[in-house]
Amino acid sequence: MRVSIDHGVCIGAGQCALTAPDVFTQDDDGFGTVLPGREDGGGGALVRVAARACPVRAVSVRDTADGPRA
Amino acid sequence: MRACEAPMPKAVTFPQDRTCPYHPPAAYPRDHDERPLSRATLWDGRAVWFVTGHTAARTLLADQRLSTDSTRDDFPLPTERAAGLRRRRRPALLGWDDPEHNAQRRMLIPSFTLKRAEGLRPRIQETVDRLLDAVEAQGPPAELVAAFALPVPSIVICDLLGVPYADHDFFEEQSRRLLRGPTGEDTEDALTRLEDYLGDLIDRKRRDPGDGVLDELVARGAAKGGPGRQELVELATILLVAGHETTANMISLGTYTLLRHPERLAELRADPGLVPAAVEELLRFLSIADGLIRVAREDVEVAGTVIRAGEGVVFPTSVINRDTVAYPDPDTLDWARPARHHVAFGFGIHQCLGQNLARAELEIALGTLLRRLPGLRLAVPADEVPFKPGDTIQGMLELPVTW
Repeated sequence: MRVSIDHGVCIGAGQCALTAPDVFTQDDDGFGTVLPGREDGGGGALVRVAARACPVRAVSVRDTADGPRA
Repeated sequence: MRACEAPMPKAVTFPQDRTCPYHPPAAYPRDHDERPLSRATLWDGRAVWFVTGHTAARTLLADQRLSTDSTRDDFPLPTERAAGLRRRRRPALLGWDDPEHNAQRRMLIPSFTLKRAEGLRPRIQETVDRLLDAVEAQGPPAELVAAFALPVPSIVICDLLGVPYADHDFFEEQSRRLLRGPTGEDTEDALTRLEDYLGDLIDRKRRDPGDGVLDELVARGAAKGGPGRQELVELATILLVAGHETTANMISLGTYTLLRHPERLAELRADPGLVPAAVEELLRFLSIADGLIRVAREDVEVAGTVIRAGEGVVFPTSVINRDTVAYPDPDTLDWARPARHHVAFGFGIHQCLGQNLARAELEIALGTLLRRLPGLRLAVPADEVPFKPGDTIQGMLELPVTW
């Protein structure tokens, strides 16, 4: 799994960090960001829920061939 | 062409008053799956789309081909009271599409993050404790809207923005008139008074800066390309009004709803760890901003229906948040339910800027109220407690309680 956030789209609602705080946080400007080392989603089932919670769909979750599928 | 399809049901009038303050108006259609879009009629006879399906609502609210610009001639206005003013004047943030909306929102995002809301918790707790000290000292009984539900968010937003709480009688009154009239003249006069007041406050902050969010905005305004005075005033107005009205209504209606569901209340008292889940479920269940409005800027197809450019779209959040597919047994309050993905704060680029602050305030206000007053109950029969009409943010007008 590969998790990323499009900062050009993010409105800083914080829903990713609220839903999956082990994977997401908000930077000093308030934009959602993936915690260092958690770009693989950290194996958390909440990552997809967090992506769905994003009001502007700035969170993308891609399955990778070599990683476990959530 | 449509002969083989089921006939479109009769258009429902929007908005309508709730018959029970925590349930959607009884006449609103509750079809989520088969027909997620139906029709509604506004006060001026205009027909608009009425979106009741959860998936369709989220899709449309996230679609920027739908506009929130009330100064467009084709924007549907939900009340006669709001019509005159909103056609000429639109609020900051909520009244703008991107890119202007985005530029305004980006100035404010750092002040409303989860971290900022978490950092405000000790101050919110102090405020809640102090207000409940006074409630206990003076009662029972108490009128909980004036003594608790309104002052909690009002004090918190004043603190955060840098607005003197000493002026709260003034701006709470203007805010009430702005949102509930009774007339168009009244609404406009309230906006003028609020803007004059906040303009003076901003001028004072230019000379003598403090450390509130408005002071940060004023500092940005001094920089090249920053917001001008009128934009600052409009931003301050929406932050102040939205910052206290909505949360006050959630506290009053949330408390009433809990008192009407003694088993759920007992569960919360037995396990305060349930409070955050209960707040989320109450947000879904109560949907106090019950009627988000947009106009299509171009043709948009959703769920097999084409919304034509220029057509209005209304989102009754109370119905959307009771979608039986998204929320099984939706009319039941259930703390164990994953209440996430509700649209009580809206969805898309305009989703509530203050939602993290609102959650913190609601968790502390409701959690502390239940802990401090274990014998809390209504002081009058439940059906005699007055609540707000359907054409504004939903909540209690008064909440007489004893303990």
